[in-house]
Amino acid sequence: MKSPIKKVYELYKNRAFEKKAREDMIGHAGVHFTWPLAGKNADAEKTEKAETKAKADAKADGEKSTGRSLPAVMIPSSFITCRSCGRRALRRRWEENYFICPTCGKYAPLGGYYRLKLILDPGSFEELDSDISADDPLGFPGYKEKIEKQEEKTGLSESVISAVGTIEGIRLVTVVLDSRFFMGSMSRAVGEKVTRAVEYADAHHLPLLIFSASGGARMQEGIYSLMQMAKTSAAIETFSEHGGLYISFLTHPTTGGVTASFATLGDITLAEPGALIGFAGPRVIEQTINRKLPKGFQRAEYLENHGFVDRIVKRSEMRDVLTDILKLHVDSAVQRTTATAGEVNA
Amino acid sequence: MIKDIIEQTEALEQRIHTLSLTPEEVEANAEEIRRLDQERTQLLAQCADLSAADRVYLARHPKRPHIDDFIEHLFTDFFEQKGDHLYDEDASIYGGIARYKGMPVTVLGHRKGRTMEENIRFNFGMPRPEGYRKALRLMEQAEKFGRPIITFIDTPGAYPGMEAEEHGQGEAIARNLAAMSSLHVPVIAVVTGEGNSGGALAISVANQILMLENAVYSVLSPEGFASILWKDASRHEEACEVMKLTARDLREAGVADHLIPEPLGGAQTDPERLYASLDIVLEKSLNDLLKLSPEEVRKQRQEKYRNI
Repeated sequence: MKSPIKKVYELYKNRAFEKKAREDMIGHAGVHFTWPLAGKNADAEKTEKAETKAKADAKADGEKSTGRSLPAVMIPSSFITCRSCGRRALRRRWEENYFICPTCGKYAPLGGYYRLKLILDPGSFEELDSDISADDPLGFPGYKEKIEKQEEKTGLSESVISAVGTIEGIRLVTVVLDSRFFMGSMSRAVGEKVTRAVEYADAHHLPLLIFSASGGARMQEGIYSLMQMAKTSAAIETFSEHGGLYISFLTHPTTGGVTASFATLGDITLAEPGALIGFAGPRVIEQTINRKLPKGFQRAEYLENHGFVDRIVKRSEMRDVLTDILKLHVDSAVQRTTATAGEVNA
Repeated sequence: MIKDIIEQTEALEQRIHTLSLTPEEVEANAEEIRRLDQERTQLLAQCADLSAADRVYLARHPKRPHIDDFIEHLFTDFFEQKGDHLYDEDASIYGGIARYKGMPVTVLGHRKGRTMEENIRFNFGMPRPEGYRKALRLMEQAEKFGRPIITFIDTPGAYPGMEAEEHGQGEAIARNLAAMSSLHVPVIAVVTGEGNSGGALAISVANQILMLENAVYSVLSPEGFASILWKDASRHEEACEVMKLTARDLREAGVADHLIPEPLGGAQTDPERLYASLDIVLEKSLNDLLKLSPEEVRKQRQEKYRNI
């Protein structure tokens, strides 16, 4: 029997997660409505800045006042336009279709929290290391401002979310890279968060699930960014040596340093249909070989045919497939422990 | 600009060389040779204070010592091992077994050529997945026989070709990173020229990283960096300054452990001196690591990368 206080706390906790997931889902489509205020004409530019700030504050759940009493309100538009085919469809239809264009079937990017909401059991989400955010190890000109801008735009503090949760009652550690923040590029903070999540899974003997989506290394962090490849790979290797299950889920786009480190080290590698997966970008390859690339090159289906992906998983079957895989491993782990127990008894 | 200085000194060297073909000529032209040599020394003295872009130029200088020179001058009994024994042989990774101070070690690294034909054969030092798998094979063998591993880093990056992608460039690099992190034998990486991107990292997850004074190590080539960030590859010199890619910067960042001083004007002006100073540091580093137990060696390497 859970204590009522704990129940209320869990409800509250889940509310915060649901809110984040909802905001994630709204994504780019919507209208930011600001209450008309006196003195707005005085300094139009300044007000505009304050507006975005207010929006970011509302998103980050921070109660910091921007000096104006009423925060901006996000009014989601009821139509979403597909970036690929340009057709519009009702938001409800997109949502039912897991944010795959109802007309052309193109996968729109999912927000990190929203994706977690799709796969995790309700109420099981617990975020890890939410206090780690991007820093500026090289003192790169203009980088700090860029981070702030991205934070305002997305409401995230880094391009990765790590969490503990359950799928059909099986506890696991999940990491989601969010391509909306700096193209999901690998910074020192991303490397640290991923490494800590792997270490957490290792310490608690939990399965690990990573959704990769990345443009590669975070250029502004130079060598620090590069070294995260070694750091995360080493963590995965140790986790794997201890018998941990790691499912790598590749989503659009997985390239560069992330492909060449933890994303390709999975025991089981899944991919989303049509996702771009590769080490070098298609443009760089075209420039190098001076030839047009074949259609579908570096797409998930292409990788499946070349032997680097176990299965291509549609969003609608994502949770079921993950459940199946997890169950197979939980059962085999039980068998293994009973077998060793039997040996001891004998 | 360093390029002009180096070109001028090379022209002087050429003239000295033509004046001193035979002992008689050396005697006859003694005065002239001494004058030219003095001029050369003066020119090289201007190379004391180098910018990051200058160092990138030196790191890529075609006459800079390459892996085959290092193996020839620092190691004995070299036995080359070829191929990944899975699919192909990639000549851009060169390596095998050799003796260092009498001790068998595995030595491998990127290979660049000096002539156009050589460079095409070695793919300008840009490995394909087969090259990385060959490196992995050599390193796993070193682990089996308890041989220390010494790697030499000098690459523009992993090869961005179509077949390389089809054969899993990313996967090959990732496997190497994971495998190297768990080796129980000492690994020493020597960055001798340019070390760019995952292509360099894939064979440099080491207990100790030694860097030649004018070597550079970074997330991407300055040209690539400028074209990604500013959509303008011609701003590469500007990129060199902000990327913090010189040996000194990397030592501050805790990536490089030791710097190897180079003769004025870069390693190519007096390679013998460079081999001597590298030899001293390499021997000391190796001896330090050999004092640790296999488990400690592994732990030390993992902690080094964990804390970056």
